[in-house]
Amino acid sequence: MNNRLDAVTAPVNKIIRFSSVDGPGNRTAIFLQGCNFDCRYCHNPETRRFCIGCGKCVKTCPAGALSQTPEGQVRFDPAKCVSCDTCIKVCEHDASPRICEMTAEDVMKEVRWQQPYIRGITVSGGECSLHPRFLKELFEIAQKEALTCFLDSNGSYDFSKDPELMAVTDSVMLDIKAFSPEDHLNTTGAGNKTVLANAKYLAEIGKLFEIRTVVAPDLFDVTETVRCAGEMLLPYLQKGAKIRYKLITYRPMGVREKYRNMRIPTEEEMMGLKMLLTDMGWDDVVIT
Amino acid sequence: MKPITMERVENTRQEILDTIKSATLTHEQKVCTLAGKADSLLEVLDLPEGLSELLDQPIETQCICDLFEGHAPMRPRYIIPDYEKFMKEGSKFLQLDPPQDIYEAINSLLIFYKHVPSITNFPVYVGALDKLLDPYLKDVDDETAKKLLKLFLIHVDRTILDSFSHANLGPEPTRAGRLILEVERELEQAVPNITLKYDPEITDDDFAIEAVKTSLKSAKPSFANHKMFTSELGEDYVIASCYNGLKLGGGSYTLCRMILGNIAKRAKDLKDFKENQLPYVMDIMARYMDARIKFEVEESGFFENNFLAKEGFIHRDRFTAMFGMVGMAECVNILMEKEGKAGRYGHNKEADALGVEIMEQIKAFNDAHTNPYCEVTGGHFLLHAQVGIASDLKVSPGTRIPIGEEPEELLEHLRHCSLFHKYFPSGTGDIFPIDTTAHKNPEFILDIVKGAFKEDLRYLSFYASDSDVIRITGYLVKRSEIEKLRSGQAVLQDTTALGLGATDNGKVQQRRIR
Ligand code: SF4
Ligand code: SF4
Repeated sequence: MNNRLDAVTAPVNKIIRFSSVDGPGNRTAIFLQGCNFDCRYCHNPETRRFCIGCGKCVKTCPAGALSQTPEGQVRFDPAKCVSCDTCIKVCEHDASPRICEMTAEDVMKEVRWQQPYIRGITVSGGECSLHPRFLKELFEIAQKEALTCFLDSNGSYDFSKDPELMAVTDSVMLDIKAFSPEDHLNTTGAGNKTVLANAKYLAEIGKLFEIRTVVAPDLFDVTETVRCAGEMLLPYLQKGAKIRYKLITYRPMGVREKYRNMRIPTEEEMMGLKMLLTDMGWDDVVIT
Repeated sequence: MKPITMERVENTRQEILDTIKSATLTHEQKVCTLAGKADSLLEVLDLPEGLSELLDQPIETQCICDLFEGHAPMRPRYIIPDYEKFMKEGSKFLQLDPPQDIYEAINSLLIFYKHVPSITNFPVYVGALDKLLDPYLKDVDDETAKKLLKLFLIHVDRTILDSFSHANLGPEPTRAGRLILEVERELEQAVPNITLKYDPEITDDDFAIEAVKTSLKSAKPSFANHKMFTSELGEDYVIASCYNGLKLGGGSYTLCRMILGNIAKRAKDLKDFKENQLPYVMDIMARYMDARIKFEVEESGFFENNFLAKEGFIHRDRFTAMFGMVGMAECVNILMEKEGKAGRYGHNKEADALGVEIMEQIKAFNDAHTNPYCEVTGGHFLLHAQVGIASDLKVSPGTRIPIGEEPEELLEHLRHCSLFHKYFPSGTGDIFPIDTTAHKNPEFILDIVKGAFKEDLRYLSFYASDSDVIRITGYLVKRSEIEKLRSGQAVLQDTTALGLGATDNGKVQQRRIR
C-alpha cells in the first residue's frame, strides 16, 4: 500500500464492501487491527494483536500468499490469497498476517469503488479508537463525499476529550460489556469507568446509535448489566434520543479454545432481557 | 388458408385427447390448452421464408421462439386497459356505472378483470391499484379498508389463475399503497405480481421500506426504475406480466424471442456470427413479427369489435411489439470458445464486452427496422430480455448470468446488470434471494436499490431465501404448490407448472443467496 511518510496509517485487517450489520443501511465496514481489551468471548481474536513474525502461518498457507523477509517480516500477497483463513487459525499470537497499513486516502479508494450503493462507512476492529488521527482524516474525506461515518467502539477512549473527532463522527455503536466494574474487569481485563461516561456523553450529544451487550451468563451478571445500562440511558430516551439496544447471544464460534465452553443463553433468557428493556421504555431492542 | 398434412391433424387429435384426460390440469387449464390446439391447425400468416428451420426445432437448436402465441393471433399478446377511465366512466358493454364508493369500486374492477383477454386468457395488468382505490378509501377506516383489500386480493389470487398478472404501485406514497403492502405481507400470495415504480425523489423512504419488508415476506413488489422508464416510454407507462414496460391503454401485439446461444452454435466463428448468422435470424424474426401484427390489426377484427377498443379502454395506436432475446450468457460463452478464449460471461471483461457489443448490434437492427403499427414507439419494436420458459434447458433468461455462476460479491453482480439493463425498455430484471437472518435491515436493501438505479439498473426483485412465495424467473410461485404438483395433485394456478419446470430445468432454487 501507499505509505506516504506524512500521512497517518492504520493497520487494516479487512474491508467488507456491503455490510447490513454495521449501522443503518448499507455500509462499508473497515476493520482495524489491535485491541486494548481482552474479552474472553472475543469471536475474532485474530484482530487483537500484531504479528511477531514466528512464521508458522507462512508454512501452512496453501496458496503461497505469505512469505517472510530475511529480517522475519511477514509479507502478504492479496492477489494469491484464497481466503481460506488457515493463517488466522494457526496463529498462536492472536494476530493475522493479512494486515495492510493504509492511509485514509488508501481506504477511501476502496470505499469509492462501491459508490453509490452505500450510505456510509463504519470503522470497527479490533478497537478503532486506538487510531484517532487516522479516523479524523478518513472521516473528513468521507463526509465531504456525503457518506455518514460511524464508529464501532469498546468505549475505552474518552470521546469527550476529542471534539475534533466527534465533529466528523456521525454516530457511535458502543459496547457495554458489563455494568459493574468487577464484572467488566472479569469479562474484558479492563475497567469500565470511561465506557459508562462515554455512553452518557454520546447519548447527550445525540451520537449514540446503539448499545450492545454480548450476553454470556458465565462471565457476568447479565440481568444486572442490561438493567443498569438500560436505566442509565433511559433519561436520554425520554428526552427524545433514539438509541437501539442490541443483545447479542454468546456463541462459541471463533472463540479461543480456553473460553469456548461457556454456556449459551437460551432463547427465553434473551427474550427475558428484551422484555426487561421494553418494560422500562426502550422501544428499539434487537436480539441477534 | 393453407392446407396442412393429415399427420399433423392426427398428432394434434392425440394431443387433444391427452389434454382431456390429463390428471393434473384443471378444467380451465384444459379449455385453454384445447383452444390452443385448435388454433395450431390454422395456417393464415404470411410467413417469411426460412422461418420454420429456425422455429420448429427442439430447444437445443431452436433460434426463434414465438412463446405459444399460436398460428392465428386473435388478440394482442399483452393488453393494458386504461382502468382509470373505466373507474371514471363505467362501461356500457359491462353495464356498469362509475363506482361511487369502495365497495362498488372493488366490485367493478373484479368484473372488468374477467373480460380482459391476453395471451394467458387472464389480464396481464390489473391496474395501478393504489391510485385506482385510494380516492374511494377516504370514507372508510383502516380496519375496514384492510378487510376489503384483503378480500379483493384473495379474489384476484384465486380467480386470476396465472401469475403473469401485474399490479403497479407508486411512485407516490398513498394510504391505499401502504395498506396493500401490509395486506400482501399477511397474505403471502403469488398473484398478482406487483411492482413499485420507484423514484427516490418522489417515493419517500418510509413507503419504500414498507415495500422492501413486503418483498422479503411475499417476494413482491419488485422495484422499477421510474426515471428510466419515464424517460423512454413517458409518464403513462405500466409494468405488466413479468416485468414488461408498456403503454397504458395499449400493450404489445406480440413477443418473439431469439435464442442467442443456438444462433452462436450455427456460427463458424465470431465474425460469422456478427456478419451472417445474427443478422439473418433478426431479419426473419422481425418479418415474422410483422406478419403477426398485420394479421392482428388487419384481419382478426379485434380492434374493431372488442368492447375494450370500442369504448376506448385501449387504442390500437398505443400498441407496440416486443423483440425478445434469451441466452446471452450461453451465446457469449460459445463464441468465446470458438475464438479459443477462456473468459466466461459474468466473470471476464472481454466476455462481458462481447455481450455489450452483441446488444449494440441488436439495438442497431431494431432501430433500423420499422413497423407501420408501432407508431407509439417511433415505429420500432421494443427490446425485451425474455425471462425464459419452463422447458428451456441451458438457456439463461435475457442477459442474466446463469444460476450457479453468479459472482461471489453482490456488487460485481449488480455492476454486470448495469451493463445490460438499459437496452430493454420493454423489460428486463434481475432477482436476488436474501438471507433475512443475516440481513435484518430493510434499509440495506433500499440502499442497494438506490445505488442500482443510479447505475442504470432497470428492475430488481428480492425475496427471502426461506419464504414460501418465490420468484421463478419473472413470475411468482408458492414452493408449497410446486410440491403439491410434483406429487401429482392438481393446483389452482397454471404458473405452478411453469415453476416446477423451471425448478427442475432452470435450477431457480439454487440461486446464490445474498
Ligand atoms: S501472523 Fe501469527 S502465525 Fe503468522 S507469522 Fe505472525 S505471529 Fe506467526
Ligand atoms: S487466508 Fe491466509 S492461509 Fe489462506 S490463502 Fe489467504 S493468506 Fe494463505
